[in-house]
Amino acid sequence: MAQVQFGIFTVGDVTANPTTRTTPTENERIRNILTIAQKAEEVGLDVFALGEHHNPPFVPSSPTTMLGYIAAKTTTLQLSTATTLITTNDPVKIAEDYAMLQHVADGRVDLTLGRGNTGPVYPWFGKDIRQGIELAVENYALLHRLWREDFVDWQGRFRTPLQGFQSTPRPLDGVPPFVWHGSIRSPEIAEQAAYYGDGFFANNIFWPKEHYMRLIDLYRQRFEHYGHGRADQAIVGLGGQVFMRAKSQDAVNEFRPYFDEAPVYGHGPSLEEFSEMTPLTVGSPQQVIDRYAAMRDHFGHYQRQLFLMDHAGLPLGTVLEQLEILGGEVVPVLRKEFAEGRPAHVPDAPTHASRVAAARAASETQDSSAGGVSETQDSSADAASEIQGNGSVIAAGGAR
Amino acid sequence: MSGIDGRTPEFPTSPAEAVAGATPEFPTVKRIAVVAAGLSQPSSTRLLADRLADATVERMGEHGVRVEVTAIELRDLAHDITNNLLTGFPSPKLQQALDAVTGSDGLIAVTPIFTTSYSGLFKSFVDVLDPQSLTDLPVLIGATGGTSRHSLALDYAIRPVFTYLHAVVAPTGVFAASEDWGAGGESSLPDRIGRAAREFAALVRESTRDGLNDPFRLPAGFNPIGAFGAN
Repeated sequence: MAQVQFGIFTVGDVTANPTTRTTPTENERIRNILTIAQKAEEVGLDVFALGEHHNPPFVPSSPTTMLGYIAAKTTTLQLSTATTLITTNDPVKIAEDYAMLQHVADGRVDLTLGRGNTGPVYPWFGKDIRQGIELAVENYALLHRLWREDFVDWQGRFRTPLQGFQSTPRPLDGVPPFVWHGSIRSPEIAEQAAYYGDGFFANNIFWPKEHYMRLIDLYRQRFEHYGHGRADQAIVGLGGQVFMRAKSQDAVNEFRPYFDEAPVYGHGPSLEEFSEMTPLTVGSPQQVIDRYAAMRDHFGHYQRQLFLMDHAGLPLGTVLEQLEILGGEVVPVLRKEFAEGRPAHVPDAPTHASRVAAARAASETQDSSAGGVSETQDSSADAASEIQGNGSVIAAGGAR
Repeated sequence: MSGIDGRTPEFPTSPAEAVAGATPEFPTVKRIAVVAAGLSQPSSTRLLADRLADATVERMGEHGVRVEVTAIELRDLAHDITNNLLTGFPSPKLQQALDAVTGSDGLIAVTPIFTTSYSGLFKSFVDVLDPQSLTDLPVLIGATGGTSRHSLALDYAIRPVFTYLHAVVAPTGVFAASEDWGAGGESSLPDRIGRAAREFAALVRESTRDGLNDPFRLPAGFNPIGAFGAN
């Protein structure tokens, strides 16, 4: 598959169209998201990622239901989340839900973990936002084990203890879904991603790139520190946000009312100011290509680029047109640009197939060099470590 | 906008000053940020801020400490501050101001008193600061208003904000009423400025804040696998 995966991510907001003052029903919005996901595959994108929310105006509270449908309607599309709430969900249920989705989708599944952002959601699920980081850390530690060990004894601060618990189904081919850790500002989450050798996803759309550059740099350094490879072999994903028309002024004119009224940034900086400060790019396809080709210069070679395309009340027809431009004119050029000068040791985006191959290769290495420590292994990181896209597997603990 | 911007006073050369610690080749340099929330131009709030900064620089100089002063007029940043409240991140211009404040060794903060309290713009600026970023920072508070009847706002409104943020607020805050500017020898304003600057300068000289304001630093004792049972 592609060295770098390109795709879209959505938060699933139900927002009034500011130009017509009409608001889609929840059913319309949900059907639209399902249509948009299928369109992503049709126009040649690699990934569709869906957010999880439990408060209006966001509608996707049950991502695996929607992703399961999309899995049945697509054949190559990688299904992901943006993000799965590792704080308020039970890690046992996440382990089971996403292992199930992984089987349903024949492996085309990974997930991005996040903490969620509004205070009231936590108590609705019996949690406290002040413990967000601790919840993210402890819950993931359990999730990580549930996917890798057949029987788990567990005791933690936040969840009922487990004795000899086996989550079901077991991950497909014994290889758990790849995990990205998403963060806007927490160095703790970068550290967590680095510790496990997991991916780090920077949403990169609401803040200046300089902030994310520091966060990703931190993750890369710690990835190397924990022995998963060199800093430039860490697995990085980035968000982005674009609106395109053949003539850039047409794009600006058409997008401006949506920008001005958008729940996330409306009534604040002007479209021009916001575009200058963040990776939001409103203009011609060529402008988008230039801006995003330069992301490599800022962040280093990375593995996944997702775009936010369907929020702020943009009508379905417009979103589908945007996807055609993205898939037809922008991504093919970006693929070529990103491949240019990409060092051989920089791993491709992880997929189920590459991770299974890597797991097999590693277990063979282990068998043939029994008693010794293979060069791809880092015994100090042992069970916490796992597969890298460049083909080394370190102790996939979930033997089957 | 004349006055204290970017001003670096001469390093003192008299023997009395030289014994105060620093050598002339490697003088101690302290950074002081001055935040003025006045809305008019020229503003008496800025005027008071400048007087406090000048007096502080003088006191520091007496102890052989060189001072770099960065003055920030919130009026120039009003739109950026509002935008930060809405978007969650600062513009480059506002970021510079935030860096100047959080990276300083001492902060002089002066606001006009509106309706018995600090101005909304002043509080909005404080609100976009990282709540941990002023920990242990020496702060000299000042305020301006029409009459001296508002002077207690310094202690019941402004001081608690900085106390909450774990800043070290100098005991004397300085309030300047309209009448202070025209009272000539009658006004005690110069004395109050002098006392406040002396107290503040003493706090700044001893302050060490290295690394306290790095938002990318992991909290002490952070463990990526959690406290219990992960292994």
